[in-house]
Amino acid sequence: MTFRQLYDEVCAIGSALIREGYFRQPVMVLMEKRAQTIAAFLGVVAAGCFYVPVDVRCPRQRVAMLMEQIHPAACICDEATISLAQSLPEAGRCLLCRTLAQCAVDDAALQAVRERQIDADPMYVVFTSGSTGTAKGVVGSHRGVLDYVQGLCQVLSFDRDTIFGNQTPLHVDACLKEIIPTLKYGATTCLIPEKLFLQPVKLIEYLNQQKVNTICWVASALALVSSLGTLEKIRPKYLRTVTFASEVLPIRQLNRWRQAAPEAGFYNLYGPTEATGICCWYALDRDFSEGETVPIGWPLPNTDVFLLNAYQQIPPPGEQGEICIRGTRLTFGYYGNQEATRGAFVQNPLNPCYPERIYRTGDIGRYNSRGELEFISRKDNQIKHMGHRIELGDIEAAAAAQEAVQTACCIYAAKRQWIFLYYTGDLTPGELMERLRERLPRYLLPQRICRLDSMPLTANGKLDRKELQQRSEANG
Amino acid sequence: MDKLLEILRELNLETDLQTETALVDGGFLDSFDLVTLVAEIDNAFGVVIPPEELTAENFNSARALYDLILRLSDG
Repeated sequence: MTFRQLYDEVCAIGSALIREGYFRQPVMVLMEKRAQTIAAFLGVVAAGCFYVPVDVRCPRQRVAMLMEQIHPAACICDEATISLAQSLPEAGRCLLCRTLAQCAVDDAALQAVRERQIDADPMYVVFTSGSTGTAKGVVGSHRGVLDYVQGLCQVLSFDRDTIFGNQTPLHVDACLKEIIPTLKYGATTCLIPEKLFLQPVKLIEYLNQQKVNTICWVASALALVSSLGTLEKIRPKYLRTVTFASEVLPIRQLNRWRQAAPEAGFYNLYGPTEATGICCWYALDRDFSEGETVPIGWPLPNTDVFLLNAYQQIPPPGEQGEICIRGTRLTFGYYGNQEATRGAFVQNPLNPCYPERIYRTGDIGRYNSRGELEFISRKDNQIKHMGHRIELGDIEAAAAAQEAVQTACCIYAAKRQWIFLYYTGDLTPGELMERLRERLPRYLLPQRICRLDSMPLTANGKLDRKELQQRSEANG
Repeated sequence: MDKLLEILRELNLETDLQTETALVDGGFLDSFDLVTLVAEIDNAFGVVIPPEELTAENFNSARALYDLILRLSDG
């Protein structure tokens, strides 16, 4: 798709939505990954609304649950998804993207909307897994995105010649890394066909054919390619920037990539969706051997990242604390969920003088002896699995929602990367898996389901997660 | 073949393994499944699948995958 085509489609979709009377309302986008999906996002924005992208692979019940939280004014679909949307009562008006993109452009109406928009308006809502079984919709703002992308482009030196090979799905904020700089500089983004990630030699051939020079992938996608021996058969020829994010990249895999693309700059990126994309970056300036930790480094420009300990104070150098973020880039919080928002977006405890919001990530970090920030672990039961952010409580809640299930507990065995679900109740593991499949997207399905006669308990009668953790590590 | 079907069953794919011929092209397998499969096939059959054989044609059906395992264990 050229920039001209994109612009025309965005204006057409925007005009069509304005004619429907929508303004400052959520518009869901339920579409397969393709260039026109991006036109749909921007068309929603052009109409003064905010887009809510949803994974088309979610089962029906999950899509319905997301709609109930958002009550979208409309739902933009493609041919593959429109019948699903039409069958759901909360979808709002179901509109076909292809039809919208052919509507007449109303320049005056677009201009009028443009004049009423401010940078503190929401731009999108993206969903993340929630610990109580209700997904959380994170509300991102225009100014947050502008601030983020400006900082990111500055440190990663994107320009007109950048050719991105996009891996991350369009329904998460990670894809802003590619989409917005592409628009800003007139660069190029290739949406890599998903099935190439199952065919690693063809994947690298694709990168070479398209002359992709910049990849911003989740760490597990990079690890997949290198761990299967791909880079010994074929080398990416044009890479100059490689970033990895969302989880820790094993050093062995990192070193294989650095060896295969010795000219490229490698960057570790870190950031929660709640603070708009990436907030910390580290340019690899030295060799790492196994057992060492690659830092998450430094905050992006115009962002403050700091640690708080249990006393709500900055811990002494070298000690751990919760990673906290301050800045323009903070999102507004969770759509329709004041309670969860208040829990994570709080008054800066270091500032008693005036209202100042910070975001508490729930990630534990520490500064190393070089003064670089390192990620250590999570405070809670959130895990990262193949690039997905997962609350184990989300899976537990789906299991516990089954009448025949009495108790449920999820454990992540990191070594094999398996999620174990333990439960007590009157149905077989196979039956429970079938029920979960109706409620959860595939990435939330456990790798192993084990039925127990009773849950192991601690001396105080609480669920003994440690015992289950040991059992899982032993079986995993 | 039964051993392979057992491995595939444990992935909990949303399709009938006996008849499906588009495991990759139909989007049933994801990259985590691929890594698991490669490791489990190595464990169960002692066959290491080289990266150039990781293609849609070889992974689209249980039959094709089994043929690949046979071919690789012959060589």
